[in-house]
Amino acid sequence: MVERASIEAYVDGPLLVRGDVDILDKNGHPVERTRATVALCRCGVSAIKPFCDGTHKAVHFKTDPDGPVS
Amino acid sequence: MYSPELVRPVRFIAPPFTDRGQVSRHLLHALATPVALADDELESFQAALASALASTTDIVRDDDLQLTLFVLYGLAYGSVVDCDERWEWNTALIAGRASIESHFEEHLRAVVPQPELPASTAEAVAAALFELTSHETGPSLARFLAKKATVEQLREFLVQRSIYTLKEADPHSWAIPRLTGRPKAALVEIQADEYGGGRPERMHAAIFARTMRGLGLDSRYAAYVDNVPAVTLASMNMMSMFGLNRRLRGAIVGHLAAFEMTSSIPNRHYGNGFRRLDFGPDVTLYFDEHVEADAVHEQIAGRDLAGALAEDQPTLLADIMFGASACLTVDGWASETILEAWTSHRSSLRVPLQGFSETGMR
Repeated sequence: MVERASIEAYVDGPLLVRGDVDILDKNGHPVERTRATVALCRCGVSAIKPFCDGTHKAVHFKTDPDGPVS
Repeated sequence: MYSPELVRPVRFIAPPFTDRGQVSRHLLHALATPVALADDELESFQAALASALASTTDIVRDDDLQLTLFVLYGLAYGSVVDCDERWEWNTALIAGRASIESHFEEHLRAVVPQPELPASTAEAVAAALFELTSHETGPSLARFLAKKATVEQLREFLVQRSIYTLKEADPHSWAIPRLTGRPKAALVEIQADEYGGGRPERMHAAIFARTMRGLGLDSRYAAYVDNVPAVTLASMNMMSMFGLNRRLRGAIVGHLAAFEMTSSIPNRHYGNGFRRLDFGPDVTLYFDEHVEADAVHEQIAGRDLAGALAEDQPTLLADIMFGASACLTVDGWASETILEAWTSHRSSLRVPLQGFSETGMR
């Protein structure tokens, strides 16, 4: 049995995706995924979207500390 | 019955580098001698070592001691000096290594700023590590590479990096069996990605070797040891010391977190520097890979590795923060040394590279 995929929110950072999911671009084409765990951009300024490139730190992106997922 | 010599033939192949003083000279001579016949060389090594440790003023920039420590750790890693493998656990060499480590660690603890300690919760530790690494001054070297570096300087940069990067991830992997539970799973998740997720050609060290070859460099380990200054060896030796001493597992974990947190953005600059000089994807893949990979790793390293370790074992918190600060401090010195040389139009290397004529050849 394949383990269910998970999406996990990291404080002031990206969403980490683990497990077997298809990531599709705006035209519905699969985005190449080369690693088991990927980080999806949550701040909107990554230069390699849909993936995170760490730039959220440079723009001081903050997530909602009282939100349901960080 | 097999004799040990039949099972493991005694061998010594002269390494592709030379000694830097009495201590490393006697060590290399000992390694070239059959273990059973090396007593005189070992005595000379121990005497030279005691004298060097008593007189060194800055062990981080001490060529002889850093090369000696690098060779001693190389017995555990392999690919440094090709000699009788029994030397790895020779008691005289282990004692020598421990005495250098003792001075090296004491020096680091005296000069590395100890950050204020956060609460021992995963989120507080991750936040403190991200805060600490946000003050890092390193990107000036990254910006120089992106905007100004010549092909010779790009080549020097790869040579400087090769001491660690051709063994990328290995120093931190020593910590895997020394952790349990969440931090262990987190470290394995990061390291599995470093090692290519089961695909040897995607192993980060292998991708870096292709980058080196793309600039005409020799990608065999230790080929450029003679060229790099002591501080570059010290950066690698510090990781090996943290990784190979179980009591320093907090420090190696903090080191990895700081390393990952200061990687994505500089790697984008490095890649841009190579693109600016018309190098293609075969050369820039290493840097582009790290922009994406380390944006994942820094999250896992901050909260799930360092944070969870501090939560599970609060007594390790100070060493986690020390390891992170030591990473920033020592790698900061290494980067400053390179940048100072380049901005005053000198080579950053101890021995400049030979045999490259730069007339736009790619």
